[in-house]
Amino acid sequence: MASSDLEVVPLRHWGRWVGAAAIVAVLGGLFAAFVDAKIIWADVPEFFLHETMLEGLLNTIVLAVCAQAGAIVLGVVIALMRLSANPVARWFAVGYIWLFRGLPVLLQILVWFNLALVFEHISIPMLFEAKTNVLVTAFVAALLGLGLNESAYMAEIVRAGLTSVDPGQVEAAKSIGMTPSLTLRRVVLPQAMRVIIPPTGNNFINMLKGTSMASVIGFLELVHAANNIASRNLEVMETLLAAAAWYMVLVSIASVGQHYLERRYGRG
Amino acid sequence: MAVVEAIGVRKSFGHTEVLRGVDLTVEQGQVVCMLGPSGAGKSTFLRCVNHLETIDSGRIWVDGVPVGFRQHNGKLHELREKDVAAQRRHIGMVFQRFNLFPHRTALENIVEGPVQVLGVPVAKARADALALLERVGLAEKASAYPRQLSGGQQQRVAIARSLAMKPKLMLFDEPTSALDPELVGEVLDVMVSLAREGMTMIVVTHEVGFARSVADQVVFMVDGAIVESGPPEQVLDNPQQPRTRQFLAKVF
Repeated sequence: MASSDLEVVPLRHWGRWVGAAAIVAVLGGLFAAFVDAKIIWADVPEFFLHETMLEGLLNTIVLAVCAQAGAIVLGVVIALMRLSANPVARWFAVGYIWLFRGLPVLLQILVWFNLALVFEHISIPMLFEAKTNVLVTAFVAALLGLGLNESAYMAEIVRAGLTSVDPGQVEAAKSIGMTPSLTLRRVVLPQAMRVIIPPTGNNFINMLKGTSMASVIGFLELVHAANNIASRNLEVMETLLAAAAWYMVLVSIASVGQHYLERRYGRG
Repeated sequence: MAVVEAIGVRKSFGHTEVLRGVDLTVEQGQVVCMLGPSGAGKSTFLRCVNHLETIDSGRIWVDGVPVGFRQHNGKLHELREKDVAAQRRHIGMVFQRFNLFPHRTALENIVEGPVQVLGVPVAKARADALALLERVGLAEKASAYPRQLSGGQQQRVAIARSLAMKPKLMLFDEPTSALDPELVGEVLDVMVSLAREGMTMIVVTHEVGFARSVADQVVFMVDGAIVESGPPEQVLDNPQQPRTRQFLAKVF
């Protein structure tokens, strides 16, 4: 019965067509609803480029980048302490992560911002002294709250990356006479980066949005900027949409950046 | 003066004693092959020679220096990692699993040590590295990443990486054990030519044929101790100890 020219009939995926039609219908309905909604769409671009909004944008970027950069440096230090042979350093790292990862970011920001209530002065004996309410501005409080929380997460990410590198790599580095710091810099960290970058990119995107919590203590970031504009013209939704558009722009740029970083460290 | 002089080397992991007093002398230009069943402590001993493992007692001198230690007032004081690193510069090591740096090309792997550790100018280091790749027969693989190379090619690059440091001593830790059978030969060929050129080598291996053809001294280890040693024709062809005879009977 074998015949060489029997026609092959591919399986028809009717379910896919039904599913696709349902999704298109829902999206169409949503679109129609927003077109009919009481939103003055024409005003959104104006708020998008509003002077206050742009100031908020700049502050959001500066806060997110500074907090993340500080968190990465601190995270590497805490991760190295966590992996150290020194038991005191190990326990300090465990406690640090426990504390700063365990508390809500908003609470941490509020604590830093209100530090002057309990410490009038901040001083390092014979080196430095300042009034707390001069030193801890809204920016500094937000930076500390966001950055310290993030550094606890970064410490765990960096630790995962460092332990993912084959111990044979360290032995090979030692066998050509590399010192521990050279081994870390040239052999271990570059390989750990493959593991470190994806979750760090994820966290940075979270950080960009997390800066909005600084609006609570009066720091002029995007959400606070939107509120400021809305308080003058009462177009609440329009200004929020303008701010939302800026978040999407920032997050998209961060995603593209992460893609290139992953490619850079994915060599070999 | 002997390149390696080990006396009464002992080492335990927890309650297990892996080395129970090993003595070994390797003269300049000698090739010593260490044979024995797995778990005999051969690799551990090799790793003690460049202080990847710390010995518990005894002593190991390489080129007149106690590796990993400083002799002071009749005691051996353990050195800091940074200072041990300086001692390791001229002790090459080749690993069973190659351990090439996967994020660097073959050439970059070889250049890394001379440039980063010895401070050789990059142009000079690259020229030297290309010559070394030529010598192990891989000149055309200079820009290949390790994962693009076969096991035998990776191991030859690893040997070139060690040679780039101009070692006085080369340690080989089962260099062909992780290779497919048809790739063993190309690695052994490189090692034979190194031996012929007068490199001082300690080779932990199961390749009896290699030991027979290039070893000046064959050392047979069981349970953390050397039970028999001597020239290959004595240890391999006319073993005196029953343990050696049993082992060789199984290997052939």
